[in-house]
Amino acid sequence: MALKIVKGSIDRMFDKNLQDLVRGIRNHKEDEAKYISTCIDEIKQELKQDNIAVKANAVCKLTYLQMLGYDVSWAAFNIVEVMSSSKFTYKRIGYLAASQCFHEGTDVIMLTTNQIRKDLSSPHQYDTGVALTGLSCFVTPDLARDLANDIMTLMSHTKPYIRKKAVLIMYKVFLKYPESLRPAFPRLKEKLEDPDPGVQSAAVNVICELARRNPKNYLSLAPLFFKLMTSSTNNWVLIKIIKLFGALTPLEPRLGKKMIEPLTNLIHSTSAMSLLYECVNTVIAVLISLSSGMPNHSASIQLCVQKLRILIEDSDQNLKYLGLLAMSKILKTHPKSVQSHKDLILQCLDDKDESIRLRALDLLYGMVSKKNLMEIVKKLMLHVDKAEGTTYRDELLTKIIDICSQSNYQYITNFEWYISILVELTRLEGTRHGHLIASQMLDVAIRVKAIRGFAVAQMATLLDNAHLLTGNTQRNGICEVLYAAAWICGEFSEHLEDPMQTLEAMLRPKVATLPGHIQAVYVQNAAKLFATVLRKHEGETDSHAAQETSQLLIDRLPLFVQSANLEVQERASCILQLVKYIQKLQQKKVEVAEEVTALFAGELNPVAPKAQKKVPVPEGLDLDAWINKPPSESESEDEKPKAVFAKEEPKHSRSRHTEVDEKELARRREARKQEQANNPFYIKASPSSQKVYDAPGVEHIPVVQIDLSVPLKVPGMPMSDQYLKLEEERRQKEKAERKKKEKKKKREKRGKERKADSGPESEEDITPAHQVDIVTEEMPENALPSDDDDKDPNDPHKALDIDLDKPLADSEKLPVRTHRPEVLKSPAEDRVNENIPQETKKRSGKETKEKKKGKEKDRKRSKEEKKKKKHKEVEEELLESQPEEAVQSEETKEAATPPTSTSAEASDLDFWLCSAPVPPAAQEETAPSSAAAVDTSSAAAPESEPDEPKDAEPEDTKSSKHKKKKQKKEKEEKEKKKKKRHHHHHHHHHHHHSDAGGEDSVQNGTVEEEEPLPPMSNYSLLAENSYIKMMKEDADQVYDIQGNHQDESKVVVSVIFENKSDSFLKSMEFNVLDSLNSKLQRPEGAGAHDSLTVPFQLPPGISNEARFVFSVQSIVMPQKLKGTLTFIVKSDESSTHEKLDFKLHFTCTSYLITTPCYSDAYAKLLESGDLKGSSLRLEGINMPFHHLLARICFHHHFSVVERIDSCASMYSRSIQGHHVCLLVKTSDQTVSIDAKCDEPSLLGNVLDEIKQTFSKC
Amino acid sequence: MIKAILIFNNHGKPRLIRFYQYFAEDMQQQIIRETFHLVSKRDDNVCNFLEGGSLIGGSDYKLIYRHYATLYFVFCVDSSESELGILDLIQVFVETLDKCFENVCELDLIFHMDKVHYILQEVVMGGMVLETNMNEIVAQVELQNRMEKSEASDQ
Repeated sequence: MALKIVKGSIDRMFDKNLQDLVRGIRNHKEDEAKYISTCIDEIKQELKQDNIAVKANAVCKLTYLQMLGYDVSWAAFNIVEVMSSSKFTYKRIGYLAASQCFHEGTDVIMLTTNQIRKDLSSPHQYDTGVALTGLSCFVTPDLARDLANDIMTLMSHTKPYIRKKAVLIMYKVFLKYPESLRPAFPRLKEKLEDPDPGVQSAAVNVICELARRNPKNYLSLAPLFFKLMTSSTNNWVLIKIIKLFGALTPLEPRLGKKMIEPLTNLIHSTSAMSLLYECVNTVIAVLISLSSGMPNHSASIQLCVQKLRILIEDSDQNLKYLGLLAMSKILKTHPKSVQSHKDLILQCLDDKDESIRLRALDLLYGMVSKKNLMEIVKKLMLHVDKAEGTTYRDELLTKIIDICSQSNYQYITNFEWYISILVELTRLEGTRHGHLIASQMLDVAIRVKAIRGFAVAQMATLLDNAHLLTGNTQRNGICEVLYAAAWICGEFSEHLEDPMQTLEAMLRPKVATLPGHIQAVYVQNAAKLFATVLRKHEGETDSHAAQETSQLLIDRLPLFVQSANLEVQERASCILQLVKYIQKLQQKKVEVAEEVTALFAGELNPVAPKAQKKVPVPEGLDLDAWINKPPSESESEDEKPKAVFAKEEPKHSRSRHTEVDEKELARRREARKQEQANNPFYIKASPSSQKVYDAPGVEHIPVVQIDLSVPLKVPGMPMSDQYLKLEEERRQKEKAERKKKEKKKKREKRGKERKADSGPESEEDITPAHQVDIVTEEMPENALPSDDDDKDPNDPHKALDIDLDKPLADSEKLPVRTHRPEVLKSPAEDRVNENIPQETKKRSGKETKEKKKGKEKDRKRSKEEKKKKKHKEVEEELLESQPEEAVQSEETKEAATPPTSTSAEASDLDFWLCSAPVPPAAQEETAPSSAAAVDTSSAAAPESEPDEPKDAEPEDTKSSKHKKKKQKKEKEEKEKKKKKRHHHHHHHHHHHHSDAGGEDSVQNGTVEEEEPLPPMSNYSLLAENSYIKMMKEDADQVYDIQGNHQDESKVVVSVIFENKSDSFLKSMEFNVLDSLNSKLQRPEGAGAHDSLTVPFQLPPGISNEARFVFSVQSIVMPQKLKGTLTFIVKSDESSTHEKLDFKLHFTCTSYLITTPCYSDAYAKLLESGDLKGSSLRLEGINMPFHHLLARICFHHHFSVVERIDSCASMYSRSIQGHHVCLLVKTSDQTVSIDAKCDEPSLLGNVLDEIKQTFSKC
Repeated sequence: MIKAILIFNNHGKPRLIRFYQYFAEDMQQQIIRETFHLVSKRDDNVCNFLEGGSLIGGSDYKLIYRHYATLYFVFCVDSSESELGILDLIQVFVETLDKCFENVCELDLIFHMDKVHYILQEVVMGGMVLETNMNEIVAQVELQNRMEKSEASDQ
């Protein structure tokens, strides 16, 4: 053995290390590949040795070779070996190699699970760190599932170094194993407030990354992030948060309103350019989200634009680039404010930096107007000529087309100019965008009827000079243009001056070298031209010319009949036969022109691109249903439709009537016209929906007079410039004329009000050069308005679109290994674990807020409950008052009940958002001590609470009154009513059986599919007389989050007051006789015996809820407090003073808080031995086990830790921090509960109460 | 998210590559070549952002790079990263290298690719920024190096 080691180290002396390898490669520049292959052989030898040092060295070298492009996956197993070395040095080498070359397809990865788990729980932080780093690069779904729980525990590690790595890697885990998101999220959220800035930053990073993809799920975190934003000084964190807000504001415009001020302050104050820039960006996002229906924030826009101008003018190219980038975002919503910087942007087009030029191009798109379009395009054309490198030139080309064609050619005043631009673009060397130009030509020629004559002439020229385009194989892209040219010449051949010449051009032998689909169009359109030529010569006595044409076709078409392309061949042979037949007829002196023309008769209308998709499915039509029985599977496989034919352009698929005699044809045409006129689904090119230049019908459009001052037939001569010139002259002339007219007018109406001088030419002043009819695109009537963008179904982030506000179900817990006892964790960590009753923190935070908000919140709550009773009526209101629910409106509409859990969250967010923008004074105060930011703003809220809820309320009460009356009419029994409310209540406090999840889950767990749970309520009758009924609920506790449990704890009691009489109840006063132990919390300055005014009045039949806070010292014993409610009963004739006595019973249960607990922490707790035991047996319990658990959970505020068959462990915690653990077992109607608690008397009382609960049923 | 970090010299020779998304080796080399081609033809006084290298591409991605003497440091990032922030990060990374290697030059990177990786691992993890504080990074790197040394002397 010793010898082996010695041998090993001697071997190593002769081994190459990484440096030697690198040096060797550098010395073998000529035969590098050969040298490396010998090195790889050496490495293979080294890997075979037992010595781990040798192996590690070899793996290290492999990592280097991997960088040079060598596949080293064959050594994957050796890498795993090195990873599992106990020495940090080698482990690090192994993990590095793994992170460089492992991926999801690497099969040895599954061997690593246990090794990684071991490393993660290593006592040395750097082992853990290295494992985390490596894992972050090669985590697979399996690894993520198996290790999620381990990593989650690491998020609470004592060392911030590990915490931040664990937090970051969670994002990767979520991506690979989306189920882990919900269980891990509370802890992740907690890390936002980690004392270590690095951990905090990591948490911000992860949540921002998550929220960017599914922002709506993270809206409820907005207050927390707002607080961070005002408190953090770390620019990196600030940038992330500000970016996040940019993603959130589109969902919640009120958030935007709240953001503007702090952001503007930051813009003014920060010196960091990166931060400034992101602030500007987010302000822009806010402005965009506000732009609809909000008073214009012109000051903010101005500020942004002005800051951006500074950036663009900066000598730093980076800032210039970013400035332009941000400017393009403003452009979308506020084009006017950007347009004033046109000069600056045009200047950027000349920049030597391509990135900047591209950005400037983007901006130009939004800046064009009728006035400047020609000028801008001219500039761009110059750049096209100058541009080197095809990518930039192609970019220019597409931009030119984009700019001109945007919003239905809105800015083009002269289409002749545009056609010439398109023709000029065809001369571009080596562009890839021939099809783009072609489709523009087609589009313009079809849709702008007035331009057809001109377009046809231009296209004929193009066809004539086709050799210029096809001469070079490099220019393949551009020959697409010929497709358009041929089609336009054929389809609109009546405009051709010399169809014969064009026909000849289209049948040149050279055409056979074009791509098949273009040839096909050539052949087809040659036939159309043929028809035109025939008609032209019809009636001439000398039929020689016509016959010559037929001969031309008969001579040339065989070339195409031989084509290898099916489409070309088929069309050619068809037409060839047709022409031969016609020739025969011609020889017999039969007139055929009319009939041949009829082959191609009919008008084409453009169809909107989405028209097909938008045809609504008729009611009752189920496209998925079988019409006939499905054929057997084997058959269907064979019959898979295959695209045999080349993709056919829809334009050719119009029906063609062949061999129909003249009369029949005319009759059909007439019939069709009639049908079209009567058919509501056929949209005529109606003048209503589009820009209309007073053209009542197609027939009446004057054919454009071609301006002969421009020579048409000179190829290679840019004409657009001349059009530009002409256009300018025309405008000048028009302007002059207008001025003249105006002068005349002025002279005529001298003395009357002076008209503002028409100094700068306004948009509207520019009239199009020609009467142009832009044919509307056809759309089916009652087309669905949905413009849903199809999302990528493969997006991994889609799986992370998870509602995070729903409480956790048991089934969602992260898988934990069970085949081995729990690994012991450091006590400190355990403490942390215990102290993370995640829900509690959230809840308690919420509730303290609630408490502070007092009245306001109460009202909201009761309102919410009412809402649920009649959610249908309220739905609209809901949408108005809670826009974030509008986000989920689809769900809301579908689901019978709106998701309460989210709406509760939402109302919190609502509240935060409603508390009008913090006044500047308060803001300043907040900034330094911003930990209290949220609190201050919410505290300030009640006064500044916007009128919205108040507005809503009267209406609300009215309608609920209405409802109650109705109920009374129906004489429903009180009992029933009560039940109904209970039911609602149940729904309120438990999360809704979520419509999305479809699982029937009870709070904290137990998924059962058996029977639905009976409705439960914690409301009990407090007192009742003929006027009023009081119901008490003790479900909600708040414990002092300051943590001084010893002094006193707070209990909130909700009381529902229901007016049973027909009179109005007012001036209700609530008072309780304090005991030594429990006291009603009275406002400051009030005496110990003063009563509290109930903050509402009760109209007949109405109920409302109020909350009272009690402070309690000892919680180990149940308490009873005597109290009185006094109120005034006001009827029409009289008013009397009434009083109702009641006894408030504080059970020990009411001091318990539902607290989730991890099973590991639970096990720790039981092991600790601090707890005293007690037990309880219940006989004759006749209910399903999950009902039993649910009851304990609900009535006694426990949560299920773990459930195995008919045995469950449960946990709860008192407001003073006592742990209460239950082990519930059931068999044959007998339930035994073993309980442990650190306070025996509390436990005894709780058990008694549990016993009572079950004795009742 | 950062999708990839590439360091190569003025001739396009890779000195460190770190992909946070899987690409096969030949694809990696092609990306390096293309990126080098894009970056190297740019003057030093133009902006440091590049859009749409088609390979690593997608419209959401950008190349952000810095050129130091003989080396290019190129980060490919998506829109969730702040452009100027990443530029700062590159600076932090390079300064950290400078501290750890004492006047770093290309040769250090050539012969100690592994060490450069270890330093990078303290800055960026799994495509996300881990630490931006240079002192913290240097401290962690040094602690780990010390650990390595103590292990070496144990033998």
